[in-house]
Amino acid sequence: MSADAVAMIDVRNLTKSFGSKYALRGVNLHVMPGESLVLFGPNGAGKTTLIRILSSLSRPSSGSVHIGGLNLATHSDGIRRYLGVVSHAPLLYDSLTAEENLAFFARLYDLQQPAARIAAMLAQVGLTSRRGDLVRTFSRGMLQRLAIARALLHDPEVLLLDEPDTGLDPQAAEMLHGLLTELSGRGAAGNGRAGAGPGPTKRTIVTITHSIERGLAIADRVVILAAGRIAFEADVRGMTPAEFRPLYDTYVGS
Amino acid sequence: MRSNRILTVLTVISALAILAAAVMALWVAPSAAGLTSNETFAQRIIYFHVPIAWLSMLAFGVTMIGSIGYLVSSKRNWDNLAVSSAELGLIFTLATATSGAIWAKPAWNVWWTWDPRLTTYTIMFLLFVAYFMLRGAMEDPARRARFAAVYGIFAFLSVPITFMSIRWWRTIHPVLIDPNEGFGLSAGMMTAFFFALAAFTLFYVVLLMHRYRLEQTAEQVESLKEQINY
Amino acid sequence: MRFWKIVAAIIGKDIRAELRTKDIFSSMFVFALLAVIVFNFAFELRVPSMKMVVPGIVWVAVTFAGTLGLNRAFVIEQDKGSLAGLLLAPVDRAAIYFGKMLGNLIFITVVEAILLPLVMVFFNLSLLTGPHLLALFLGTYGFAAVGTIFSAIAVNTRAREVLLPVLLFPVLLPVLVAGVKMTGSLLDGESLSSLANWLRLIALYDVGFTVVAYLTFGFVMEE
Repeated sequence: MSADAVAMIDVRNLTKSFGSKYALRGVNLHVMPGESLVLFGPNGAGKTTLIRILSSLSRPSSGSVHIGGLNLATHSDGIRRYLGVVSHAPLLYDSLTAEENLAFFARLYDLQQPAARIAAMLAQVGLTSRRGDLVRTFSRGMLQRLAIARALLHDPEVLLLDEPDTGLDPQAAEMLHGLLTELSGRGAAGNGRAGAGPGPTKRTIVTITHSIERGLAIADRVVILAAGRIAFEADVRGMTPAEFRPLYDTYVGS
Repeated sequence: MRSNRILTVLTVISALAILAAAVMALWVAPSAAGLTSNETFAQRIIYFHVPIAWLSMLAFGVTMIGSIGYLVSSKRNWDNLAVSSAELGLIFTLATATSGAIWAKPAWNVWWTWDPRLTTYTIMFLLFVAYFMLRGAMEDPARRARFAAVYGIFAFLSVPITFMSIRWWRTIHPVLIDPNEGFGLSAGMMTAFFFALAAFTLFYVVLLMHRYRLEQTAEQVESLKEQINY
Repeated sequence: MRFWKIVAAIIGKDIRAELRTKDIFSSMFVFALLAVIVFNFAFELRVPSMKMVVPGIVWVAVTFAGTLGLNRAFVIEQDKGSLAGLLLAPVDRAAIYFGKMLGNLIFITVVEAILLPLVMVFFNLSLLTGPHLLALFLGTYGFAAVGTIFSAIAVNTRAREVLLPVLLFPVLLPVLVAGVKMTGSLLDGESLSSLANWLRLIALYDVGFTVVAYLTFGFVMEE
């Protein structure tokens, strides 16, 4: 592929085994800057493993990952600065308040003017009124909102989202969806809240989801993983859920 | 398979060498002077006890080398070496502590003393036990190898410090190698002693090679299984 | 510079959370106190003077209570996957080690600061002198330096916190031996200079294992 040189995420021949069990078997993947990729696949297909490797939490058994032109194996520290990750677990501290959690992560990411940024993020995810409450007292939906705020705090270039809508109430799911649409460059201009919206550039986003509708709404391209391999890959811009569902059922099963 | 044939030859040689060492230690080597008959007999344990103690150390060292090798290279072979040697170390440290206790009875009239060497070998035994408990508590081989390697390095480095600390605490163990008094053994005893040392070392190397091959084979079986399943 | 800012952020976060819940501190302190009382009854009738066994009691109480605290320190990090959050951030793994280790050191030191006066009252001894505190600090540091990395290992295994004492105590033995010997000798009226050997030994242990932990902690944090 001639476009390799400019790929934001460049995954080559990636395998990951846990002992004799293979989670990924030779995955090749290229995600262009500003592209929104959605990963579908049955449980155990290797989706979460792939996201964990991309987010530098897990080390591949073989193969290479480059993000923004840097090799993840040797420049993980430089890459981490540009990654925002939402995973199954909220990655937050129970005994700290929402605000303290964000303040802690702001220090880890060396944010300039953290107070303003934290206030803006809390407003964006609708937690301003609960900012002084302990995370321990949060519902699943509120935890997930705060987890999203944490992931976006440092305005990352690349977003890795592992089922970000799990446990969200409909209202929060709508908020998240709007946010992702905006970040993926689909939203109408001026849609974002003043001062809190992302910068002018589109973010590179990799999302795992089980919802065809929500996935297609933000996807430029779709990849279906099955048994650790890429079973299907296609540009889906302009495709409707009704057109995509037969394909999805073929590889994922209904 | 040439390496296979070499290993077979080495195995036979080491078996013969251990037999010869036993004969030399029990019949050929002269009795130590100036001891009661009971002590004279017990003294011959040095031909087994000291080589095994040395092998414990050697096994521990090889485990540490395997551990460092694994952390540096991430190659499973190094972990296989480390775990093979650790298993032998577990047996040798236990044998050292036990034979030490047997020696202690006629020599010091107690089964057990908190002497630095005896205690250090017991601690080493516990370190190996902890090493295997740690390995047993993880499923993912890569993580198991990494954690065990880190622990192996800590454990090995703590041994000399442990030894020094117990030695300063108090000591009654005979100092076999005293730089001021020569070796403490007569010429005939020295021959038997060094022969035993060499025989046991060869024994360790052969066991290690077998154990390492077994570990490698197990790994191959695992990956073959995986291929068939898929 | 940035390294130590991260370390300070991690320590600050742990202290803030601990001040709120007091989970670690209260269980460590109560456990240490109980250990002292239990040992008192275990030994009282068999030794001519309790003074002889106080060094052992203090060090064992601190070690056991400290082990309890170490376990909590990383379990907290796993409650809501927050350790992964820490690992996702662009921070040196060694900074995470020093943050957690110094946090543990502070918690144990606070427990000691309350325990020691109580021990002095119980056994009518003087332990709050410079040499005593130096010996105690060097030992506590060694405990935290090794204990922190081992607790990070233990919580990632199936056995979790049960495994920590098994891993830790055999490696920790020199600290205990040196600590008990130093505290005992000081109680017997010996001067600090007569303990130079022990001080060197424990300093070697502290420095050596800090370096090894610094070098290897990254391997413990990977998957």
